[in-house]
Amino acid sequence: MSSFENGWALTLIVFLPLVGAAAVLAIPKAQEEAQKWTALLFAGVSFVLSVIVAFQFDYGSAEAIQFGTRSDLTWIGVINSNYSIGIDGISLPLLVLSGFMTVLSIIYSWNHWPEPHNPKMFSALILVLATGMNGTFVALDLILFFVFFEVVLLPMYFMIGIWGDRNKVTVPVLGITTEMRLYAAIKFFLFTFLGSALMLLGFLALYFRSGVESFSMAALSGGGAEAALGSLAVWVFAALFIGFAVKVPMFPLHTWLPDAHTAAPTVGSVLLAAILLKLGTYAFVRIAIPIMPEQAQNWAPVIGILAVIGIIYGALACLAQTDMKRLIAFSSVAHMGFVMLGIATMTEIGINAALIGMVAHGIITGLLFFIAGSMSHRYHTREIARLGGNQKLMPIMGGILGFTAMASLGLPGLAGFWGEFGALLSAFNPLEGLDTTLFRTLMVIGGIGTVLAAGYLLWMLQRVNFGEPSAEWEGHDLHDVDGYELAAWVPLVVVTLAIGIYPKIVFGATGDAVSELVKVFGG
Amino acid sequence: MSSLLASAVPFLLAAEDGAKKVFSDGGVLAEWAWLIPVVPMVAAFAIVFFGKRSPLQGWGMAWGSMAFVAVYGTVLFFMNISDGIVYEGAVAIGSWGADGLGNTFGIEWGWMVDGLSIMMYFVVGVVGVLVFTYAKGYMEGDIRYTWFFASFALFGGGMLVLVSAPNLVQLIVGWELVGVASWLLIGHYWEDHENSSAAIKAFLVNKVADVGLFIGAIIIGLSAGSFRFSVIMDVIAEGGGDSTLAQFSFWAGVAIFIGAMGKSAQFPLHVWLPDAMAGPTPVSALMHAATMVTAGVYLLGRLFPFFNTPGFADDVRWIIIIIGTLTLFLTGLIALVADDIKKVLAYSTLSQLGYMVTAMGAGAYTAGLFHLFTHAFFKALLFLGAGSVIHAVHSNNMSDMGGLRKYMPQTYWTFMIGSLALAGIFPLAGFWSKDEILASIQYAGGNYTTAQGGAELANFVLVVAIAGAFVTAFYMTRAVSLTFFGEYKGDGHPHESPKVMTYPLIGLAGFSVVAGWINIPGVIKWFTDALGARFLAPGDHHPESIEISLAIIGTLAAVGGIVAGYFIWFADKDTQQERDKFRIPLLYPLLEKKYYIDDFYMNGIVKPIRGPVANAVDWFNGHVIDLVINGTGLGATRVAKLVYWFDQRFVDGAINASAAATGETGGMLRLLQTGRVQQYAFLIVAGTVVLVAGFIIF
Repeated sequence: MSSFENGWALTLIVFLPLVGAAAVLAIPKAQEEAQKWTALLFAGVSFVLSVIVAFQFDYGSAEAIQFGTRSDLTWIGVINSNYSIGIDGISLPLLVLSGFMTVLSIIYSWNHWPEPHNPKMFSALILVLATGMNGTFVALDLILFFVFFEVVLLPMYFMIGIWGDRNKVTVPVLGITTEMRLYAAIKFFLFTFLGSALMLLGFLALYFRSGVESFSMAALSGGGAEAALGSLAVWVFAALFIGFAVKVPMFPLHTWLPDAHTAAPTVGSVLLAAILLKLGTYAFVRIAIPIMPEQAQNWAPVIGILAVIGIIYGALACLAQTDMKRLIAFSSVAHMGFVMLGIATMTEIGINAALIGMVAHGIITGLLFFIAGSMSHRYHTREIARLGGNQKLMPIMGGILGFTAMASLGLPGLAGFWGEFGALLSAFNPLEGLDTTLFRTLMVIGGIGTVLAAGYLLWMLQRVNFGEPSAEWEGHDLHDVDGYELAAWVPLVVVTLAIGIYPKIVFGATGDAVSELVKVFGG
Repeated sequence: MSSLLASAVPFLLAAEDGAKKVFSDGGVLAEWAWLIPVVPMVAAFAIVFFGKRSPLQGWGMAWGSMAFVAVYGTVLFFMNISDGIVYEGAVAIGSWGADGLGNTFGIEWGWMVDGLSIMMYFVVGVVGVLVFTYAKGYMEGDIRYTWFFASFALFGGGMLVLVSAPNLVQLIVGWELVGVASWLLIGHYWEDHENSSAAIKAFLVNKVADVGLFIGAIIIGLSAGSFRFSVIMDVIAEGGGDSTLAQFSFWAGVAIFIGAMGKSAQFPLHVWLPDAMAGPTPVSALMHAATMVTAGVYLLGRLFPFFNTPGFADDVRWIIIIIGTLTLFLTGLIALVADDIKKVLAYSTLSQLGYMVTAMGAGAYTAGLFHLFTHAFFKALLFLGAGSVIHAVHSNNMSDMGGLRKYMPQTYWTFMIGSLALAGIFPLAGFWSKDEILASIQYAGGNYTTAQGGAELANFVLVVAIAGAFVTAFYMTRAVSLTFFGEYKGDGHPHESPKVMTYPLIGLAGFSVVAGWINIPGVIKWFTDALGARFLAPGDHHPESIEISLAIIGTLAAVGGIVAGYFIWFADKDTQQERDKFRIPLLYPLLEKKYYIDDFYMNGIVKPIRGPVANAVDWFNGHVIDLVINGTGLGATRVAKLVYWFDQRFVDGAINASAAATGETGGMLRLLQTGRVQQYAFLIVAGTVVLVAGFIIF
């Protein structure tokens, strides 16, 4: 095996952006062009490498860990934590997605620097974020996973806190009036940090109490470690569950999300929606299910119920929103509900649907946030009521928004359908032993969620795109999409269509890996 | 192409008597039939990107793609009549994996070439190309001319994806694509809030029904072990009340039927169709009369054995009959009071869809689809005729029309033919198909007694259906007289439409005359044979000879309607308008308010959900969940202050440095700038350590 296949490829994919961040920081502040190009170069090479990996990936044995490091590459010897990375069919699509969104974010940023400007710091943060995201998807050691999971936190915290929305809000209960960005950033940080702390607690318990004394996912998985935990297992799962559920986010741990999304600068929202939310769902599939299969089954009804509450709750909340970004943010709660419903069924169909749902949500909601960002960039408002007639003022922007909204409501033939329909499909026959009546009820309620999704998206389109433009925009120079925007968006539109027409792009990778995964349930 | 095929399965299914009938596999024509949905789809995309730069502004591509389908469909149609083609092609595009029971499900695009699909290819292609021709004239000078044809071609593609689908998943894809096209086209003039609202109404009502379709498809697919119709039919053919499919069939049947009720606008989900008339008239003709709205009937036809085999969803049939009958009668009555000529035709379409659904419920596969076939021609004709009139007088309201037969002779004559065909006058198309429906309802009354009182119900339905025929003739007489007779009441000087619009009218009028002749009981059974390629549906009844008595009764009802209409609206042309305003107490307001169903949906469901319910959820989010969060934050701030105090008082260390800055307030603003986050982090980590210690010790 070449060194490329032996860990180096993934190592480069993960750490090139970090090197890039250092390089960007080394460039004098005034040379903005150089900073942008450097950022694009490092993110681009990292992405291209992930594409090469995707082409060299052996789909015939997608269930096997590929491109991995030697399993005994010690990292922190004293706690038996190894530098163990690798990918299988489950992580591959997400890794590629992560690189893809990073590159598009940098392209989009070219002429869209949120206040207070400073491209140097901003690009460096995007790159650090990329390292965290890519690393999370390749880590096969729990401590390594935790570190990458945490690395993601800080850049996003600063993005929201520094480049975020400067409108004032009054925080209920606290009674403090502060800038939106500050409240949102702290809420985001504390929520996810609390989740991470519990997650780490779970990892430590697994290490010490299972008798395995290893953080290797492979060593811990299969159910043996879980059995050794005995009665503690339920608490360990609870800790992991909360840690992951905050990130997803699942009802009722989701309230950081609308604030963070609304306050974040465009690129922050895009990466938050496209990748960061996936870290939680990915962790369910990668860690919770293989390591704790029995608890996962015990908790499945809870996960399923919370998922479906999220679907309905998120959709209803969307109907009440007057702010476009906040509406899209709540729609994420609903969409991730479908993903979690799929996972909760613990079946191949469900997990496959969840994985394609994650990819689709990343692309589609990412694009929606791009558009919302560009619109508020031009109109200087996100208030839906004031945007009417956008289709007249910016036909191409309006057209892409229409397309994306259709994709978001799960239109068949576009990417979102496979995850949404698949989640409902899987709920009819969940894993043997789970309560079929419950899951079938969830299927019906989830189905009603698709109606609400159509409702809030179509009404949003009607209020934003249709009708005559308000007189207040007369004389404003409202130009339609520019070249950088198209360069960032067209690839997303194309991928949305491609996955919609040929879902094997994702299923081809995930299929065998997922069927290997569910063997942990003894099927 | 054949190398791409995961499987190409020519198969045979049992005919009624259990004997296998040998069909042709259609040869190269069937193998390449995937072009039928693909060509209009590609055209739609091409128009979006290149339409404006192309010489005919996109119309050419749209028309060309439809002409291709029309020619292909016609060739297949006649080949099928002589040979009987059954072919199924498929391309694998992924796999769902296994469900909880271990059955694996593939995902495929495919194309079906059999009697039912071919009939639809023919209808969509032929009516489509005529409507597209007409639309060139009708849409001339439209603000979004190119976009209109892109959407229209998208509809054509979506519809053909739907009818070519060999599995339920692809059917859903096509189903929703036509829904989107419908949304785009109803809301074509979206500057006007009312139009975009009508578009949303259509989409949402259909989406509600689609929940049924999704669930029905999921239940059927998972229980039968495949989404392929051919496999599902095999499972049904094997019978057996203890198969999984049989166990779930009642609810699956109900769910599927709810789906069909949406697209085929059955009572009480019919409310979207009249509003859909906000779209340009060619859209109403092709989508909201001839093809898209028949998708539900098509679906019932596609799954016919499922609904008609004892032990499966045959109990659902009575629900289907009742819904169909309610639809055919109740909506027909509303057509009597509408002033907008397109609304008259829309309610008429609802009523005719009710006939088709009733026939399906009565187990009359051929009759229901035959009516779909003939109706497509004459209703498209009537809509295009109405469009021609609207084009001339610039109003939809019949109160602005009158006397137009002098100004628009071709429109008038073709409209007359369409009206007579719709009324069911011998020997026009509607006569044959309506008669066959009546005959099969009668037959059902005599033969299906699976449900208690089945025979009585069928007889009642028969009476209502005959009464419906009377109502149909009655409202069409009213529409014809208000539009074409009496004196012209509008502004300006109406004139006949250009040839590009009248020629399609003449073409459709021709079909409206002859379309019924391919299925004359006892004489010609081309249509029956053609449709039977794939299976002769179990229980399907096709009369061997004309039921003379029923034919007479049906015709009498229609003639009665015309005569009654004549006396009310023709008798004295001068007072025509006043007489149209005759009021029957109670009934008239009820009809004018459309039985208050729209009001109920709007005020009882939509507004509460969009208003109070959604706001309550939003409020809950900000004030209840965040109460806990912010309360915790407040508590943590207090603790932090305590720790800080402790820290300042007893601990010397680096934190001292920030003392001056942080001493003042506990505000959130400060938190970020002074690094109190680090203190939180410290607290959390400390807590973690304590908990970990707890885990390790215990």
